[in-house]
Amino acid sequence: MTTKLKPVDAVVVGSGVAGSIICMELANAGLNVVCIERGRMIEPQHDFVMPYTHDELKFDRHSDIFQNLSRETITFRNNMGETALPMRELGSFKPGEIVGGTAAHWGCNARRFLPYDFEIRSRMTERHGKNFFPADCTSQDWGVTYDELEPYYDQFEHIYGVGGKAGNLNGEIQPGGNPFEGPRSREYPNPPTRHTPQGAMFAKAAKELGYHPFPGPAAAMTRDYTNLYKVMMGECQRGGFCSSHACAAGAKANPLTAVLPALMKKENFEMRPLCNVIKVNTDSTGKQATGVTYIDARGQQVEQPANIVVLSTYCFNNTRLLLLSGIGKPYDPQSGTGVVGRNYSYQTGGKVEVFFDDREFNPFIGGGMTSTQFDDFNGEELDRSDLGFVGSAYIAVSSPGATPIKSKPVPHGTPRWGGAWKKAVAHNYRRSFSIGIHGSCQSYRQHYLDLDPTYRDANGLPLLRMTFDWHQNEQKMLKFMNERCIEIAKAMSPTSYAARAVPTKYSIIPYQSTHNIGGAVMGADPATSVVNKHLQSWDVPNLFVVGGSAYPQNAAVGPTETIGMLACWTADGIKDIYMKRPGQSML
Amino acid sequence: MSASNNPHAYGCLTQPEIGFLNAAVDRLIPPDELGPGGKDADVTYYIDRQLCSVWGTHGRNYRSGPWLEGTPQQGFQSRLTPQEIYHVGILETNQYCSKQYGKNFEFLTAAQQDEVLQALEHGKVALPSLSSKLFFDLLWRNTEEGFFADPLYGGNRDKVGWKLVGFPGVASGAYNAHIDNPEVYRAEPVSILDIQTQQAKVDAQGYAKHIMIKPIKSTASK
Repeated sequence: MTTKLKPVDAVVVGSGVAGSIICMELANAGLNVVCIERGRMIEPQHDFVMPYTHDELKFDRHSDIFQNLSRETITFRNNMGETALPMRELGSFKPGEIVGGTAAHWGCNARRFLPYDFEIRSRMTERHGKNFFPADCTSQDWGVTYDELEPYYDQFEHIYGVGGKAGNLNGEIQPGGNPFEGPRSREYPNPPTRHTPQGAMFAKAAKELGYHPFPGPAAAMTRDYTNLYKVMMGECQRGGFCSSHACAAGAKANPLTAVLPALMKKENFEMRPLCNVIKVNTDSTGKQATGVTYIDARGQQVEQPANIVVLSTYCFNNTRLLLLSGIGKPYDPQSGTGVVGRNYSYQTGGKVEVFFDDREFNPFIGGGMTSTQFDDFNGEELDRSDLGFVGSAYIAVSSPGATPIKSKPVPHGTPRWGGAWKKAVAHNYRRSFSIGIHGSCQSYRQHYLDLDPTYRDANGLPLLRMTFDWHQNEQKMLKFMNERCIEIAKAMSPTSYAARAVPTKYSIIPYQSTHNIGGAVMGADPATSVVNKHLQSWDVPNLFVVGGSAYPQNAAVGPTETIGMLACWTADGIKDIYMKRPGQSML
Repeated sequence: MSASNNPHAYGCLTQPEIGFLNAAVDRLIPPDELGPGGKDADVTYYIDRQLCSVWGTHGRNYRSGPWLEGTPQQGFQSRLTPQEIYHVGILETNQYCSKQYGKNFEFLTAAQQDEVLQALEHGKVALPSLSSKLFFDLLWRNTEEGFFADPLYGGNRDKVGWKLVGFPGVASGAYNAHIDNPEVYRAEPVSILDIQTQQAKVDAQGYAKHIMIKPIKSTASK
């Protein structure tokens, strides 16, 4: 028994970074908009208050703001020869399940992708020849350029109050910023974070080696800030408990702090929390979406008709909803044909820990993406002629606010437990920090998402299956970056240093990053993409699929700002182009 | 009521299980000149409370079969909940110790206990119902949590874990001004439990008012 509701202009599935901005922009344009969110409603001043947010056990391990796997998870295997098994507990990544989505607990790392990231295939082929990419690599251009997207990065930064120092203003290199970034039309809305003593040591060593350090751009307010939507956010107190935590100060820009206070006041907008969309409905031709079907908080099945459907959920759910709805041709890794589930990728990470017997730091002070970083190995600045890998990384010393359940660096050779371990932990917690590697990850023919043949969710629907492993290209890149970080470490004259080994296989167990991308990628060719450059479905023109799912491969920097930028870009496309010819392709 | 004057009532573990865990957590994090070990930090009580929580029955985990062993990269794949892993793991390890040493784990010498823990850690004890490595990994993970989590969860008694490393707990509003200051920031730790039980003061924004510890002349340990 399905209850059918009255039609609306637009139904937006998911209230995270992408969904909240699209709702706001479409509501501002006068459309009647309903947002359907599987998680519960959050009132920050009720749910996220001091001192409860300063709880490492809850937020690092057990929080109910993360996805509840008892209802839905994914299955995972390293390769097609294995049987995928369910991710039974959270580890490698932490998708959210509340109004505000995963961004409610993001780390505020707010960087733009480089111009090269959107054209990696053509630019690297032009520079290094056709055979530069591994034969199984399916990385491709995005079908849109940085110059087209720049105004939307700017818009997002003025919604999320990003703090930073421009390194390139309209083509002119600026002192103090990142000289390798794409040109910006204007300065950041807020000043940059200050360097910590650890960051200053790193910056000094990096400069001595000829690199170009700058303060990491962050969406934690560096001063009280009123954004584009006239919403005020308070200054970050650098109290740590940031990434994977909710912020009690409201200083972390996210849908709950930057968008919802304005959005929830709109009479032509409705938020429907605790409603889990299970299908995008299409008409008899399969060429037009008619709305979505969801299961509401009381377990009832409801159909919401709409003229426009926007999927703006986590990368996994965007892909899964397309597969469950029979929209777009599923990807087949054997033949390399089909598109839905193609080009799943992740983020490559590494670090070198440095230990100083004669210095103490304050590792618990930080958060809000307090970091010092450089881009000399990112983008086109790095000459890869003799390196043998595709891709990039930026190198950073961050002070996320070290909490002691998970952050207890000890030198190589320390036992895992017992008296010697205890002494090493006590000695080194305040005498160490790490040089982080944040790297890109290319897409490959054999890494993809599809529906699992065995395991099902609480509604009886197939789980999404992830097939992914580290490719030797990323392993080579990480080895190179490790070597560079060791040089920087040595330049700081530590007592000792310890580089994390390059992983041989990808594991679902340890937390790495919540930077899963791809599966419903954007592009210029319907044979290799699910959506066109406006994030509009090639098959169903009144369906838009927005989020990390649209990335054809991952860049070195974190994905969140680009998700927010794509939401601004998509919304403008719907308002300015699509609404003039509704139901039709925008190209 | 503060943790130190709260008589512990155990909701899941029995006395023999408590005896086993007190001995085990005190080998994993032994008492020494730096401070108390796992037992006096109330790590066993922390584990008991976790076993009584949603986590103890994997209430937020995916729990449908089929149950295959999987590869090491595929993560936790046991049919058993943490409650069951502790009950079964303790019983079967004690049976192994009786056979090997003629005594239950808690009555072995420290060296023998270390030997058993190492054997469990490396999967060298053939427990009938589960991998000994699985049991050890869970025990070690919970021991670290119980030593370093906020005392509101029953462990980290008197914030001994935080005092050990110099972690101040709930942040102070003074951090922002200190972010680029190389001076060592050393404060008496404040927990959520302290604030809830009004043992510690907070500012208007709810941040802890830290009581600073006088700097010691030389902080280098060499």
